[in-house]
Amino acid sequence: MTKKDTEEQGKRPEYLERGEEFLEMFRKGQEFTHDLLRENERLRFQVVHLEETMKRKLEVPDGGEPGPASEEVTEKLAQYEVRLAELEARLNEVEAENVDFVQRYIDVEEQNNNLANLYVASYQLHSTLDYEEVLQIILEIIINLIGGEIFAIYLLDEKTETLNPEASEGVSISEIPQLPLDEGVIGKAVLANESYFNDNPSKDLNDLYNDPLVCIPLTIKNDVIGTIVLYRLLQQKVTFAPVDFELFTLLAGHAATAIFSSRLFTESKRKLSTYQGFLDLLSP
Amino acid sequence: MASPTFLIIEDSPTMRQLIRFALNRIPGAEVIEASDGVDGLKKLSSSKVDLILTDINMPIMDGLKLVNLVRSNEAYKDVPIIIITTEGAKEDRERAMALGANAYITKPIQSTALLSTVRDLLKL
Repeated sequence: MTKKDTEEQGKRPEYLERGEEFLEMFRKGQEFTHDLLRENERLRFQVVHLEETMKRKLEVPDGGEPGPASEEVTEKLAQYEVRLAELEARLNEVEAENVDFVQRYIDVEEQNNNLANLYVASYQLHSTLDYEEVLQIILEIIINLIGGEIFAIYLLDEKTETLNPEASEGVSISEIPQLPLDEGVIGKAVLANESYFNDNPSKDLNDLYNDPLVCIPLTIKNDVIGTIVLYRLLQQKVTFAPVDFELFTLLAGHAATAIFSSRLFTESKRKLSTYQGFLDLLSP
Repeated sequence: MASPTFLIIEDSPTMRQLIRFALNRIPGAEVIEASDGVDGLKKLSSSKVDLILTDINMPIMDGLKLVNLVRSNEAYKDVPIIIITTEGAKEDRERAMALGANAYITKPIQSTALLSTVRDLLKL
C-alpha cells in the first residue's frame, strides 16, 4: 500500500464532517433543553417558596384584615405562574424538536454507514489489477459487507454458452456445477440480464444449486460477462438490508469491470513477457 | 482519554478499511493495522494500544489464540478486546468471551454499534 493510499484511507470524507456538524447541533439542542429544565426547576422552587411566604403572610390573625403585602405577593405569584406556563410550553416544543433531531440523527448515521460500505467496496474493487486479488476482494465484500456464507462467482464462456465457476466461498469450487445458459433460474437470469431474488429459498443443501437466494448478472454496459450467485447467508444475517441491494447493484457493474480489466491486464502482461522472451532469443 | 489508539487485526483489507472508517469518527483516534495475529502482537508491543479489534479466522495466528496470548501477558491483560467475526454461533461467542474478549460483534458490522461498543469500553 502506498503512502497516498494510506492518506486517502485516513482522510475523513465530507459526509462524516457533515454528520459531526449535525451531531454538534444536536448536542447544542440537548444543552438548551437541560438549561430549560434547570430554569423550570428554579421557577418551580420559587413558586413553592412564594406560596409558602404568601400563606404565612395571608395568615390573618383572628379578627384582623389582610394587608397590602398579601396583594403584592398574590400579584407576583400570578406573574411567576404565567412565566412558568410559558416555559413549560417552550420546553414541550423543544422536546418535540429533540425527538425529531434524534430520528434525523439515526437516519444520518444509517446513511453514513451505507455510504462507508459503498465507498469501501468501490475503493477495494478498483485498488488492484491482479485478477486473483480482484476475485478475492469480491469474495470479501460479499462475506463482510453483505453477510454471505455460501456463494460463487461464475464467468460466462461465450463459445460453449456455459457459466463456469471461477471462485467460491463456503463450498469447494469443484463441487459447484457448470451451468448451461438456457437452464435453471441462474441461466435464465443471466440470459435476461436481470437480477434474481428468492424470498423463500430452500434450506436443503441438495437443492442449493437449483434454488439460489440471489443471482446478480455481472454486466459491462449491456454485455453479461458472468454472475454472482448467493446460496446462503450467515446465520446471524436474517434478512437483506436496503444497503445490500445497493451493494448488489454496485457489484453488478464495478465487479464486472474490475474482473474484465484485471483479466485483460493479466493476459497482456503474460503476452508481453512471451514476446519479450522471443525478442531476447532473436537478439544477438 | 484524549486520543485513543486502536489496533485492528484483520486479514481482509476491505474490513480493515471499513473499521478504520468507523474509528476515524472518534476525534483524535489513531489506528494501527495488522493482517494476522503474529503481526498484531508485534504491533501491540511496539505501540501503546488502548483497544484491540480482531477477527477470529485469520492465517498464521487466529484471533482466539491472540486473545489468549494478550490476556496471559501482564503488560496487555487490561487492554479491551473486541472480536469482529463471521462466526455467529452462541458457542463461538461464549468461547471468545471465556478467553477474555470484552465484546463480540458479528459481521456484517454496523458502524454505530461498533462505535457504541468502543465508547462503552473506553468510557468516551
